[in-house]
Amino acid sequence: MSGESIAAATGDILEVAGLSRNFGAIAAVADLSFKVREGEVKAVIGPNGAGKTTLFDMIAGVTAPSSGRITLAGERIERMPAHKRVDRGIGRTFQTLQIFTEMSVLENVVVGHYPRGHSGWVNALLRLPSGLSEERREREHAMALLERVGLADRANDRAGDLSFGDRKLLELMRALATGPRLLLLDEPAAGLSHAGAERMMEIVAELNADGLSVLLVEHNMRMVMNLSHDILVIGNGRFIAEGTPDAVRTNPDVIAAYLGEDEDA
Amino acid sequence: MDGTNTLVQLVIAGLSIGSIYALIALGFNIVFKCTGAMNFAQGEWVMMGGMVTAALFGVFSSVGLAVVTATVLIGAIGLVSERITIWPVRRPDPMTLTLVTVGLAIVSRSLVMIFLGKMPAGYSGFSGTDVISIEGVTVQTQSLWIIAITLLFLVLMHFFFERTVLGKALRAVSADPQAASLVGIPSSQMLMLAFGLAALAGGIAGAIVTPLTLMTYDQGATLGFKGFSAAMLGGIGNLPGAVVGGLLLGLIETFGSFYISSHFKDAISFAVLLLILFMRPAGLFGRVEVVKA
Repeated sequence: MSGESIAAATGDILEVAGLSRNFGAIAAVADLSFKVREGEVKAVIGPNGAGKTTLFDMIAGVTAPSSGRITLAGERIERMPAHKRVDRGIGRTFQTLQIFTEMSVLENVVVGHYPRGHSGWVNALLRLPSGLSEERREREHAMALLERVGLADRANDRAGDLSFGDRKLLELMRALATGPRLLLLDEPAAGLSHAGAERMMEIVAELNADGLSVLLVEHNMRMVMNLSHDILVIGNGRFIAEGTPDAVRTNPDVIAAYLGEDEDA
Repeated sequence: MDGTNTLVQLVIAGLSIGSIYALIALGFNIVFKCTGAMNFAQGEWVMMGGMVTAALFGVFSSVGLAVVTATVLIGAIGLVSERITIWPVRRPDPMTLTLVTVGLAIVSRSLVMIFLGKMPAGYSGFSGTDVISIEGVTVQTQSLWIIAITLLFLVLMHFFFERTVLGKALRAVSADPQAASLVGIPSSQMLMLAFGLAALAGGIAGAIVTPLTLMTYDQGATLGFKGFSAAMLGGIGNLPGAVVGGLLLGLIETFGSFYISSHFKDAISFAVLLLILFMRPAGLFGRVEVVKA
């Protein structure tokens, strides 16, 4: 049913079909199917424990699905290791930040460049002399990304010394440095001030305007409603509803799911 | 004047043996940072560095060529060892990996014994003359080679970790393997690289120390233990700490054996090690941190 609610299959960047994940007897995600169109921002919302993070983990390659298919731009990826999926164009940020705190701000972004132009480290070792000019080039590219979010003047600081909001921006830029086609954002506004959340929203909107497809998990409804072209609602790992922000807002099943759980969302 | 000369000689001797310990400690730390495991094969790579260089010296009759070929070979052995012993481990927690490296050490030692024999192996130093005298100070030329080559290697390693994307990727994996894989860094390949670098450091140490000490197939464990002590002294997992720990251990050992007794050489260095660890359990530069599985 979910599949049909989306328009023609042309230009789907991501297709999830019949995806399930069981932890023991509990189905964290059960038979979930949806698509993300090229250039679209799609939000996944649902009460806590709905299976959003498990879903992200399966798409990024942290958790293997119990069954189902994940297709990125026509290529099946559900059995691929995480780093190869990054290579194929999946970028991700985390609900709980995972930056390299002991490395500099700039190095965090440079490291994100790794997959590109590196067909393997043996190759990289053999090209070490040219790798030095390559490193310089990648530093410049990384600086450009930092400038985009106003972190250029902090480039040589230890990443762990940044404020929480800046660390979130850094993590986003690191994900961007991997050259993603689809960005998975796990609660980008969580823990941010109102101004910080607005800023994050603007940046994501800009990235999307540049053509980047986004899959977004977020509890901040203002952000979800403003950014999303399409919203998928799940509860207990199962499909509840899917549609435009307006359609979802008035959907009785969605209202029931949220009221029933009495969530903070 | 005589006292000063003795002092200078002891410092140079201490720094050269300390350089060897620093290289071994560096190898320990690189693997520890990436796996959380103690690599018991580290010392065997040092032993192999000496044994293989000696064997190749018999073929090439050029020390320089033998040393370079042997260290590259030991580095490659490190890579292969990771692929056939560490990589297949399904649940790579630090304790399991540590035990695997114990097995790797025993196999490495046995293979060297079978193929290269039980006889002590050695070769001449890198310079034509064994000792030189500068201003009345007599110095073994090989000691100077050891210090210089170690310094060069450390500079190159620093350059690699700080100035190349590959080096940064390796640091990222050692900081957080999962986050690294989610920015596209293949953790498993980086682990292989870490083993290769650790073996390279060990191989160099063995290749440059053998002209002074000779080498036998069963010396790896002792050398590994010394390097491990140096790593503990500097703070396990701390790369600059490995260098300071190694040099310090070398100096303590040399001065201890000169002023007290060479019989107690090892006892003195381990007593100092214990003392420091009692006072600073995480080592001189270590910070207590959670070990990642």
